[in-house]
Amino acid sequence: MASTTEVQATLEPSIPGTDPKAALLAVHDLRVEFRTRAGIAKAINGVSFEVDSGETLAILGESGCGKSVTAQAVMGILDTPPGFITGGKIMYRGVDLLKRSTEERRQIRANKIAMIFQDALSALNPVFTVGFQLTELFRKHRGMTRADGKKRAIELLDLVKIPAARQRINDFPHQFSGGMRQRVMIAMSLALDPELLIADEPTTALDVTVQAQIMSLLADLQRERNMGLILITHDMGVVADVADRINVMYAGRIVEKAPVYDIYAKPSHPYTKALLESIPRVDLKGQQLNVIKGLPPSLIRIPPGCAFNPRCRYAQDVCRAEPPPPLYPVQPQINSACHFWKEVRGDD
Amino acid sequence: MTEVVLETRDLVKYFPLTRGILFKTKFGDVKAVDGVNLQLHRGETLGVVGESGCGKSTLAKLLVGLEKPTSGSIVVRGRDHSRLSGEEMRRARRNIQLVMQDPYTSLNPRMTVGDIVAEPYQIHPEVAPKGQIRKRVHELLELVGLNPDHINRYPHQFSGGQRQRIGIARALALKPEIILCDEPVSALDVSIQAQVMNLLEELQNELGLSYIFIAHDLSVVRHIADRVAVMYLGKVVEIGKDTEIYDHPTHPYTQALLSAVPVPDPTLRGHRDQIVLQGDVPSPANPPSGCRFRTRCWKAQEICTTTEPPLQPWPKSAHPSACHFAEERDVIHATQ
Repeated sequence: MASTTEVQATLEPSIPGTDPKAALLAVHDLRVEFRTRAGIAKAINGVSFEVDSGETLAILGESGCGKSVTAQAVMGILDTPPGFITGGKIMYRGVDLLKRSTEERRQIRANKIAMIFQDALSALNPVFTVGFQLTELFRKHRGMTRADGKKRAIELLDLVKIPAARQRINDFPHQFSGGMRQRVMIAMSLALDPELLIADEPTTALDVTVQAQIMSLLADLQRERNMGLILITHDMGVVADVADRINVMYAGRIVEKAPVYDIYAKPSHPYTKALLESIPRVDLKGQQLNVIKGLPPSLIRIPPGCAFNPRCRYAQDVCRAEPPPPLYPVQPQINSACHFWKEVRGDD
Repeated sequence: MTEVVLETRDLVKYFPLTRGILFKTKFGDVKAVDGVNLQLHRGETLGVVGESGCGKSTLAKLLVGLEKPTSGSIVVRGRDHSRLSGEEMRRARRNIQLVMQDPYTSLNPRMTVGDIVAEPYQIHPEVAPKGQIRKRVHELLELVGLNPDHINRYPHQFSGGQRQRIGIARALALKPEIILCDEPVSALDVSIQAQVMNLLEELQNELGLSYIFIAHDLSVVRHIADRVAVMYLGKVVEIGKDTEIYDHPTHPYTQALLSAVPVPDPTLRGHRDQIVLQGDVPSPANPPSGCRFRTRCWKAQEICTTTEPPLQPWPKSAHPSACHFAEERDVIHATQ
């Protein structure tokens, strides 16, 4: 008969070497490239950020800026090849995940860091009921019996406010509406009580009224469980509603970091400023939309110096020269990768 | 008010639900569009908003003649489009053109840009003499801000925003009066959206076009539309000038929809009137009796189950709103 402590250990695997006082997740100088036939696409070029328990970090950017690849690298689900992590560290509670074995990473992925995806229909397995898919988690990772797992699965569906959870557990993913499917995904990601949740465009495929339901559910669950949340999105409206801090990405780099109130009141990078001026607002009429000229660069041929320089109205010769601007400290907690951040902010 | 260029009268489109393979029996209808009355004036932009499944795209297909209405009529410059013969319809289509949502699938990948934009002239040869087509295509590409030297390139050589410009050039080829934009910017990145919206506005001013602008993004519609119609389950529930709909909404559904739109301003966080709707949109095959919104409405009373509220002005709503209890409520500005 195994002692209780041993059973506990198999139920809640702890990761050796972790320091509970260290930051929940700290990414240092992460670099990812995709080796393709057309050349090497530098998707992430030195990205560093930290997230702690109970806070929401938004990673904001347009398609191709590297925000989803960052999430995939942290989760360890990058397609290799063509994607390769070529440098940097991903520290979970003081442990570098990149140095751990596949099995250890699998344990961490299940128990400590979870992810929800944009398209719940393709993220769920179409040939199994959602009940089976939820129960499987408890059976594999917690060694529960089918009956116990099913009980927990029903509790989880209740938690994410799916009506008639007891009946719906026997339904297949296609029998749920878009919003309900996203709730199933959230239930699944929360099943093993992760400390960090990464949400990659969780509401992009949903209608606005459903988006509001899902975002308020996510915010409630995060508060109750004191989870860290990384919200990856392109929607500046959603970010304004839920994030504590924002990292803006452009061409594989973080170009601005700031608390949410500061960034909307006074952006410190020309790209952030231009983005804010180019979005129509539902509460204002007749505002002039400012257009960002040109296109985001190809990641195979990123312009030398600051990657944003060909589209930037502040660009000078120094912006076109290597090395690219570092993340200048603007104020405590605010960084901007622009040589001319003072002009952008309008500070003296 | 200026001249009406397009009008729909009690427009209805039901899709039959059938059972069986050899002997199909009908057991119901999906009521995609169920009695829609709209008027489009010359030079104006009419926005149509609603969530997925509300019938916006079916409405678009009806208006350009890709679907035949079950009943009702579409009147363009005094002629009822739903009763035209094939040849007459082909001609009539010249006047009302479509810009589609997805610039990645709405352009044939095996055709060059020049061929794509010139294709309308092959279908309607009476519009431009053969020798002039090349010149016209050049002009059109320039008009939408593309380099005419790229006429021999293929769609994959362009970015999403540029592809949408190709789609717009194709829609403009036959010099239509009315352009129907079905989610024209929803597949584009934010920095590109503004470019395309500004282009649409410039073209409208230059060419005097009338737009019907269908979108689920209420911020985009507010920016571009002069009047807005809100649809729910195949019906228009509220219609009015953009300021009436956005700043003084009176239908509960419009209010819920607007309150759900995130505003890019963190200082409004917690200071807006938030209405979180419960549940999902009911099936259009079996819509609720009376008012279709009553199953999700916090104001619903006995009368909502039995009597369908007409789309009309009410004592507390100056513009038409289909609610027995229509009353103003500001949901997008700070209220606390």
